[in-house]
Amino acid sequence: VIPLLVALPFLVAPALAAVGRFLPAAVDDVVAIVTAAAVSVLAFLLVLDSLDGPVHYAFGGWEARDEIALGVVFSADALSAGLAALASLLATASLAFAWRSFDETGALFNVLMLGFLAGMTGFALAADLFTMFVFFELMGVCAFALTAYRIDEPGPLQGAFNFAVVNSVGALLALVGIALVYGRTGALNLAQVGETLAGEPTDGLVIVAFALVAAGFMVKAGIVPFHFWLSDAYAVAPGAVCVLLSGVMSDLGIHGIARVYWHGFSGSLDDGALRAILLGFGIATAALGAVMAWLQADLKRMLAFVTISHAGVFLAGTALLTPEGLAGTVLYVAADGLVKAALFLAVAIVVLRVGHPDELLLRGRGRHLRVTGTVFLLGGLAMAAPPPFGSFLGRALVDDSARELGLGWLPPLLVVLGAVAAAAVVRAGARVFLGLGVERDLRLSRQHEEELEAEPKRAPSGLAPFALSLPAAALLAAGLVLAFLPGIAGEAVADASHFVDRPAYAREVLRGASVEVPPAPDAGPSRVAYAYALGGTALTLVLAAAGLYRNRLPRAPVAALRRLHTGAVGDEVAWTLAGAAVLGGLLALAYA
Amino acid sequence: MTVFPYLVACFVFLVGLAGVVTSRNLIHLVVSLGVAQSGTYVLLLAIGYREGGTAPVFGDVPQTRKAVDPVVQALTLTDVVVGVTVTALLLALALQVRKREQTLDPDALHTVRG
Repeated sequence: VIPLLVALPFLVAPALAAVGRFLPAAVDDVVAIVTAAAVSVLAFLLVLDSLDGPVHYAFGGWEARDEIALGVVFSADALSAGLAALASLLATASLAFAWRSFDETGALFNVLMLGFLAGMTGFALAADLFTMFVFFELMGVCAFALTAYRIDEPGPLQGAFNFAVVNSVGALLALVGIALVYGRTGALNLAQVGETLAGEPTDGLVIVAFALVAAGFMVKAGIVPFHFWLSDAYAVAPGAVCVLLSGVMSDLGIHGIARVYWHGFSGSLDDGALRAILLGFGIATAALGAVMAWLQADLKRMLAFVTISHAGVFLAGTALLTPEGLAGTVLYVAADGLVKAALFLAVAIVVLRVGHPDELLLRGRGRHLRVTGTVFLLGGLAMAAPPPFGSFLGRALVDDSARELGLGWLPPLLVVLGAVAAAAVVRAGARVFLGLGVERDLRLSRQHEEELEAEPKRAPSGLAPFALSLPAAALLAAGLVLAFLPGIAGEAVADASHFVDRPAYAREVLRGASVEVPPAPDAGPSRVAYAYALGGTALTLVLAAAGLYRNRLPRAPVAALRRLHTGAVGDEVAWTLAGAAVLGGLLALAYA
Repeated sequence: MTVFPYLVACFVFLVGLAGVVTSRNLIHLVVSLGVAQSGTYVLLLAIGYREGGTAPVFGDVPQTRKAVDPVVQALTLTDVVVGVTVTALLLALALQVRKREQTLDPDALHTVRG
């Protein structure tokens, strides 16, 4: 099953590129959708398969011999297979949406989307450093091209250019790190790297290598200060592409850090100082993303900053370096990815039907889009993680794990930051779809000033808006009910406990041993977690109402934050290098 | 084995990145990125180099001969391919900027900010 997850889209994509233009457009689209749907089914089968124990697959039968890894290995545990399933599910929904919404999809769009999907499933499953790098670049290149798909507009040019340059710099940093690891250990397979590093003292080379690899993956995840490209690119990419970018690609960066740390470096970098450093990056990201999201009038740029803010929360959850924190983060990523995808689709529908995605220009103009409006408002509320829906379960696991570690201040902080980001979305939804709030708000950052056409546009292809909003509604529903799958929390914790066990992982990959996944513990949210989540939901509603009628913010810090986001590619690369230097410096102070 | 190739790799990498940060021309920026990438080629090849080693082609050579590490050479090739793809895409975008704005100044790009 495993190789098919990558091979299937890889085989269909060039075939479509070669013969697609001779086929009717509908055939192209259906082939692409069926392929993505088939990959989703395979990915879900793989998740079920890996619940009893991770599945390792050596390409071409090059298994490890004499405890030396020889070939390219894919490792599917339930967590990474779950990410592959999320990616393929979102790809299916977004291709189905694009089929109906783009008049000019064209075969190449489908080809790029399938390539993007193959890159993401490959990255989620790859178990050696260089294969991770290759898939990292593959999903990057497809994503750059997809961002620039509407190349005749100025916004996509800037977004795609910044995206491509900053991500390439990130990939180069990661590559230098990988080269250093190889030079030290003579291995690329993470199990082998982990075994070799664990037997040696931690020196400067190991620290620098980990810092560079982590920085490269942080660029993809949009962690502060590596995040500048993200808000430029997601604000201008086609809605169907944003579904994949925001719903799963950013989170794969966090997955990369988790895999490289636990399988490769956890024997040489202990968890104390690393926890503090990663928590710092995570909290800074969650805070900056939330504040910047609050300041946006452009709905897509707002969702881009929400994506950044949530990436920070995910990094913070992973940074606890506990199985519960990791399991909670993965559940949170899955539920939140589905909700973010639904929100981006809702915005895409608004753009198609009414015009620019500007909150103030659109005030009250979305009233007739009932289904879309409902999806958007519910999605905004779902971001506040109201119990017992959707992302609550993941959030609760992270909260409880933080309190067990004695980090009692962390959950309330994340609740407040999450409420600010969610309130921005609810505020925008209430203004656009319910016509609430004041008409002018000088504190919001505008990207479009021109007036809209008076008449709403007709839906393309003569479709009812209802049919167009079906994928969005389906994604939102999936995100909300995910938490109700029986025993999902326990299974996730059990799988995460196995994931963080480096020696067991090395035995499996290098010696072909089969190690039992521990039985699923009885994991459930504590009362305190319920209280935090209820408080966060209430705070979201209060803040959204305040944003609609009395938006008061201190001027000076807000203006300073805005000035940082210049959209200039040189500045963004400079921040990226500075961030890598800070990360490396902190790690060196802690471990050298 | 000397430290010299590593110094070269580090220098080329950093010079390329400095070019990206300070560039006033999109084509120059893309080429600078290529220069930084070349630094990684040098680094990879330096890591796999063995004094007196031949090319790692074992078809008709006795296998006892000392050879340089073929893994890093495969990595470098992959790296080159990736670099070419990204460069082509970025140059296409730069062309499009020139068509729209009649300039290659990176500042012509900023329509989204704040």
